[in-house]
Amino acid sequence: MPDMKEKYDQLQQVIEELKDQPGALMPVLQKAQGIFGCVPMDVQKIIAEGLGVTLSEVYGVATFYAQFTLEPAGKYIISVCMGTACYVKGSQKVLDKLSEELNVPVGKTSADGLFTLNATRCLGACGLAPVMTVNEEVYGRLTPDDIPGIIAKYRELG
Amino acid sequence: MEIYRSHVLCCGGTGCTSSGSAQLIERFEQKIAEAGLEKEVKVIRTGCFGLCEAGPVVIVYPEGTFYSRVRVEDVDEIVSEHLLKGRKVQHLVYTDHASHEQNANKSLNDINFYKHQKRVALRNCGVIDPENIDEYIAFDGYMALEKALTRMTREEVIDEILKSGLRGRGGGGFPTGLKWKFTYNSQADQKYVACNADEGDPGAFMDRSILEGDPHAVIEAMAIAGYAIGASEGYVYVRAEYPIAVKRLEIAIGQAHEYGLLGKNIFGTDFSFDLKIRLGAGAFVCGEETALMRSIEGKRGEPTPRPPFPAVKGLFAKPTMLNNVETYANVPQIILKGADWFCEMGTEKSKGTKVFALGGKINNTGLVEVPMGTPLRTIIYDIGGGIPNGKAFKAVQTGGPSGGCLPAELLDTPVDYDNLIAAGSMMGSGGMIVMDEDNCMVDIARFFLDFTVDESCGKCAPCRIGTRRMLEILERIVEGKGEEGDIEKLENLANTIKATALCGLGQTAPNPVLSTLKFFRHEYEAHIKEKKCPAHHCQKLLQYVITDKCRGCTLCSKICPAGAITGSVKEMHHIDTAKCLKCGACIEKCRFGAIVKI
Ligand SMILES: Cc1cc2nc3c(=O)[nH]c(=O)nc-3n(C[C@H](O)[C@H](O)[C@H](O)COP(=O)(O)O)c2cc1C
Ligand code: SF4
Ligand code: SF4
Ligand code: SF4
Ligand code: FES
Ligand code: FES
Repeated sequence: MPDMKEKYDQLQQVIEELKDQPGALMPVLQKAQGIFGCVPMDVQKIIAEGLGVTLSEVYGVATFYAQFTLEPAGKYIISVCMGTACYVKGSQKVLDKLSEELNVPVGKTSADGLFTLNATRCLGACGLAPVMTVNEEVYGRLTPDDIPGIIAKYRELG
Repeated sequence: MEIYRSHVLCCGGTGCTSSGSAQLIERFEQKIAEAGLEKEVKVIRTGCFGLCEAGPVVIVYPEGTFYSRVRVEDVDEIVSEHLLKGRKVQHLVYTDHASHEQNANKSLNDINFYKHQKRVALRNCGVIDPENIDEYIAFDGYMALEKALTRMTREEVIDEILKSGLRGRGGGGFPTGLKWKFTYNSQADQKYVACNADEGDPGAFMDRSILEGDPHAVIEAMAIAGYAIGASEGYVYVRAEYPIAVKRLEIAIGQAHEYGLLGKNIFGTDFSFDLKIRLGAGAFVCGEETALMRSIEGKRGEPTPRPPFPAVKGLFAKPTMLNNVETYANVPQIILKGADWFCEMGTEKSKGTKVFALGGKINNTGLVEVPMGTPLRTIIYDIGGGIPNGKAFKAVQTGGPSGGCLPAELLDTPVDYDNLIAAGSMMGSGGMIVMDEDNCMVDIARFFLDFTVDESCGKCAPCRIGTRRMLEILERIVEGKGEEGDIEKLENLANTIKATALCGLGQTAPNPVLSTLKFFRHEYEAHIKEKKCPAHHCQKLLQYVITDKCRGCTLCSKICPAGAITGSVKEMHHIDTAKCLKCGACIEKCRFGAIVKI
């Protein structure tokens, strides 16, 4: 796959750029997560070699932080805010409805690879609570009844 | 600078951006150009105005007309009526929730929401364009840095901060001047200043709004701190979930470099200073100072025992001075206006103001800044406009996962560090969540414990195992499986964890449970002994019953997923509680309000 090669080249470039600065591992992993959408073991190996650290150190950091995922996410990442302001205003019901509608548990990707369902913390839009995002799009003042319509829209887009 | 007769300020904070303010700005620019007003009217994208509830917010100056919930369709009218003809668009002007007052001639400071506030840390938020350094400079920006570098010794700077009584706004409330002094006293070839913008409280956005609305204030303060303690390098550790804040900070750092306000020989002195941004990656514990420094070093963000304190051995094993975003945002003004000015605000032991992110069951959700010592009641009722939908106030939560819930009896508590602790909660970083009669306090305690268990780094056993045990008990209680003795078990675990956990995360994790036990013990007892949730919130403890309001329309029996509802047409229906899944679908569908939860 030519576009995969491009991605690996990009990764090498990032490693070259950052390897001499102190504490480079985090920024490199963040860029890698951006390039590949996840940081699978082969990517971690390349990073370990490139930065001259052990694979276990890379793995330790990659698994510590919630932002890094080892498996690819769905095309649409749904993040329901479970911050206090949203929780108090019923975001749990919105999350439950999504889980039912998509037939996936929180933190997982639907069988068709289309949706990943996540719970996140305050998105900074508490005035619109309860809030969720689908990729970059923000949905506020939600009720469970809004969910089927929103999901249908993305299913249609495919 | 060019002179405009009118300015249209559009909020570009996260709240308003989420409800479409970017499209508003585009439309304004387009319409203003079409009307040929581009030389007379300027559109500015600002940071958060504070009243996010009313977003997207637009303010037109010089009149100061406050338009709320503006939609793209409304822009044309504002341009053709207000900007062209000078007539305010009455129906878009903000209405005060509490008083239902709508007065287009009122200035911003007379609106209830702003009247009781005092803006120091937020003074530029919603006022200037955060992506334009000239606007910051026009509002006295970088004058404090100039004063410190050219007219004050390092010791004088530290002295001024000490005298101001400023305490850390990140939660701990440690005297900022002392921290500066300790790091100043450490001898080393290299020192660092750092800024904590990890904002871990899951329902708060003060720091984010400051970075989005006034990033230069933080940069200026960090440079002042660097000068005072003898550091030439600084790090800002920002949550990766804050893309707008990161972008504005990057732009601001770039502009400060261009103007020579960062870099080599600032203001022609021999002081040089540079700033780097590091992104967090979704771990609450990284807000803790030692964990944060490990994370900047590129390691797992696990706390390390103190001592050694960061002032002696911090980032890359060098003396490091870490402050919170809001703490920094106060610094330039203290240097410029003096410690005495700052001391005039606040209480005896808590000087200045505090920013709160007011949310939950409250009319005016948003960002407020009040002098320390302002009573909770003023914040919730006068500024916040009270509880929506005629519901009764039940509790206010401060301090996030480390804090507690205070009941109505304590609403007259003046808000400062010591009073909140005495009342059974804590200041924390500034999250303030209001709860009403429909919120179950046992479930809120469970919510916070769930958060801590999820975020515990697992390094020490009391936190890793103890908080999980507490969560299990709370989960049982809200499911109706609570047992006699559970409350005592919770209290024992809580005390052990508080006494033995390694870092602040574990040490404070039991607080939400302890404070709800203190003020809402009857709710725990009702769950355990009577298997009832007084707030009718906990699904497993509810019973759905049909009352004699039922008209026998049969709708509910058709949609019940469990087939639990029986009855004939035009006759009263009945729910078989043994079959009922408590999904609540029937209640929502009944048009006659015949189904109730008990
Ligand atoms: C678990 C934990 C999380 C914390 N999270 C934050 C945070 O998100 N932001 C913050 O400024 N301080 C946080 N703190 C406090 C910091 O450790 C530190 O005291 C603070 O950043 C110092 O700045 P200040 O003195 O200006 O408040 C946290 C502490 C603990 C124990
Ligand atoms: S108290 Fe919890 S978060 Fe802190 S070091 Fe121990 S396990 Fe980690
Ligand atoms: S929907 Fe309401 S009115 Fe109709 S049968 Fe059910 S309870 Fe009775
Ligand atoms: S709550 Fe759900 S399961 Fe129970 S009776 Fe109503 S619709 Fe049926
Ligand atoms: S708590 Fe959900 S956006 Fe703030
Ligand atoms: S984000 Fe616009 S007012 Fe707060």
